[in-house]
Amino acid sequence: MSDGLQLETDVLVLGGGLAGTWAAVAAARQGARVVLADKGYCGTSGVTASAGPGHWWVPPDPELRRAAIDKRLGLAYGLAERDWMARIVDLTWRTLPTLAPYYAFARDETGVTQYRGLRGPEYMRAMRQLAQDHGVRILDQSPALELLLHADGAVGGARGHQRQQGYDWQVRAGAVVMATGGCAFLSPLLGAHTNTGDGYLMAAEAGAALSGMEFSAYYTVAQAGTSMTRSMSYAFATYYDAAGHELPIPRGPDNSSHIARALLQGPVYCSLHRMPESIRAQLPQISPNVLLPFVRQGIDPFTDKFRVELRGEGTVRGIGGLEIVSDDCATRVPGLYVAGDAATRELIAGATSGGGAQNSAWALSSGQWAGQGAADYVAQNGLRRNARVEAIGGAGVRPTTQAAAPDLASVLDTVKAEMLPVDKNLFRTEARLRQSLAVLDLTWNAIREGGGRLYKPRWREAAALVATARWSYRAALARTESRGMQQRLDYPGTDPALARRLVQHGVDQPQWLTRIHEEVSA
Amino acid sequence: MIEWISSDRCTGCNQCVAVCPTNVLQARGDSTPLIARADDCQSCFMCELYCKQDAIFVGGLFDAPTGVTEEQAVAHGWLGQYRKHSGWDEWADQYANEHWRMDRVFALARAS
Ligand SMILES: Cc1cc2nc3c(=O)[nH]c(=O)nc-3n(C[C@H](O)[C@H](O)[C@H](O)COP(=O)(O)OP(=O)(O)OC[C@H]3O[C@@H](n4cnc5c(N)ncnc54)[C@H](O)[C@@H]3O)c2cc1C
Repeated sequence: MSDGLQLETDVLVLGGGLAGTWAAVAAARQGARVVLADKGYCGTSGVTASAGPGHWWVPPDPELRRAAIDKRLGLAYGLAERDWMARIVDLTWRTLPTLAPYYAFARDETGVTQYRGLRGPEYMRAMRQLAQDHGVRILDQSPALELLLHADGAVGGARGHQRQQGYDWQVRAGAVVMATGGCAFLSPLLGAHTNTGDGYLMAAEAGAALSGMEFSAYYTVAQAGTSMTRSMSYAFATYYDAAGHELPIPRGPDNSSHIARALLQGPVYCSLHRMPESIRAQLPQISPNVLLPFVRQGIDPFTDKFRVELRGEGTVRGIGGLEIVSDDCATRVPGLYVAGDAATRELIAGATSGGGAQNSAWALSSGQWAGQGAADYVAQNGLRRNARVEAIGGAGVRPTTQAAAPDLASVLDTVKAEMLPVDKNLFRTEARLRQSLAVLDLTWNAIREGGGRLYKPRWREAAALVATARWSYRAALARTESRGMQQRLDYPGTDPALARRLVQHGVDQPQWLTRIHEEVSA
Repeated sequence: MIEWISSDRCTGCNQCVAVCPTNVLQARGDSTPLIARADDCQSCFMCELYCKQDAIFVGGLFDAPTGVTEEQAVAHGWLGQYRKHSGWDEWADQYANEHWRMDRVFALARAS
């Protein structure tokens, strides 16, 4: 790396979505110097920016909080933890009002300020400003490609590429927060195109583990041909088959397997005529982007029937991600912290999606804990300025042989073909999972051997997508039961012996850190 | 996907190039940016929101252009519609952010 950008900082945050910006602000508040790098633009990138998250919002009344947590624990299939839930409820309640100088919180008719739900573009614009006002240096359009590691295994920064100016960058840092979001396998899920699992791969190469990757089978309905996956309007949906007969699909939110089964029979159509007139009129000012795709195709969703599809969300509104080993969101790698969708959300949502409330509360909270943890780590361990660090990226940045690269477009098509269809990912069986894994393993080997000779993000994304797909299906195979989001047609029941998390580590040949039944780990 | 940028309206400020999360656009000095990588467009409409000239048109489909022309988009009031309904910039006083009503909408749907 010759004429790139070289920086030194206390804390480096990778990813500038909801979790990353909160991490950057929290680290800066601890007195750390902070650099934040986003693949896109911090403020418009990530799944918060184009949506509008409602946070888990429970007043500090012990009874109310206990009831709210009990309710969610009841849906978590034994994998969530009361203490973590209580912590995010509490920190979310205390944090959102502090954004008032940056976000114009509305009052309802009775004069009560409404903090729970924020509109995405305004929220992330506010977070960018808040970070800048805390002195955070933001590197936009600057995907991180790999971590730097000290000889003793501690993290020492990261390297990446500025994709608009075309130079490489390197940031030496005392600690790193991984906040690169979930991975939606390039599904046209609104705002998720940059979330390709890069953080999982970078962290796993450094020795971090992944937990709950089997919980990567969340699906959301959207109009066919669009990426508009915001779900509020579909609360009023009526579904039809091609002949115009109404389908017996229950009202949402958790109706995607019903829609999926209908889609396996043939095209599914939808109408939103049940939405009351008063709400139709308010919709553009509630969620101004929701109607845009309809309107611009000349469709009136309140009177016309339009075709719908399901969009795979992978680990975005799925659950899996990097394992957390401490209250301040550390990973197993010294100096490496994790926040938001890049982390496993089993702690707060168990085996069911954290979308709709917990995920944003988690991003905001885990972001702050990770940022503080990283700043504290640097305060204790220093910058180690003169120690040698090594860039440790493998697949997609350092091919192992002189072999020609596989065709990039077909690699991406392979990932989509294995990870997005509902008959492979939502309705899982051992035979299909093994078939998919065989294809993915071959693809992985081809990337490993020949992909990414130029130091460019595309191959790294491809590698991360395939790696994430492999971890997901390995875990899906090992969990020989159905639990929450994981549905195994060949194991429809829940196995009490599997009421635990499945944790794996390693990249080329992942290994279980959890004890797994022998025949499935083979 | 993003279909075109009106060169009549565009001032070449390149704000859309800066904010595009998927790096679809290519700056060309102070002339209209080039749509260099339309295949990467995720139809998030962020470029429209940040364009004070209302010069950008993102069509209704994510993977194919719809062929809407500038005249049609203007006639339908689609240019700048997202920025207006969002109450950004000069629209702040006329279009309040009513996002907080979302909870009530969900509650109403459950009750209906
Ligand atoms: C349509 C939709 C609606 C939702 N609604 C709700 C809701 O109502 N309530 C709720 O609780 N949750 C909701 N969620 C979930 C919530 O939005 C997420 O949990 C939250 O945004 C996670 O924040 P994050 O920062 O971890 O990820 P993101 O906001 O996705 O940010 C990740 C960032 O990392 C960047 N990045 C990726 N790779 C790299 C790299 N290699 N280098 C540098 N940067 C990189 C990306 O560009 C992106 O900016 C919703 C999600 C979706 C998709």
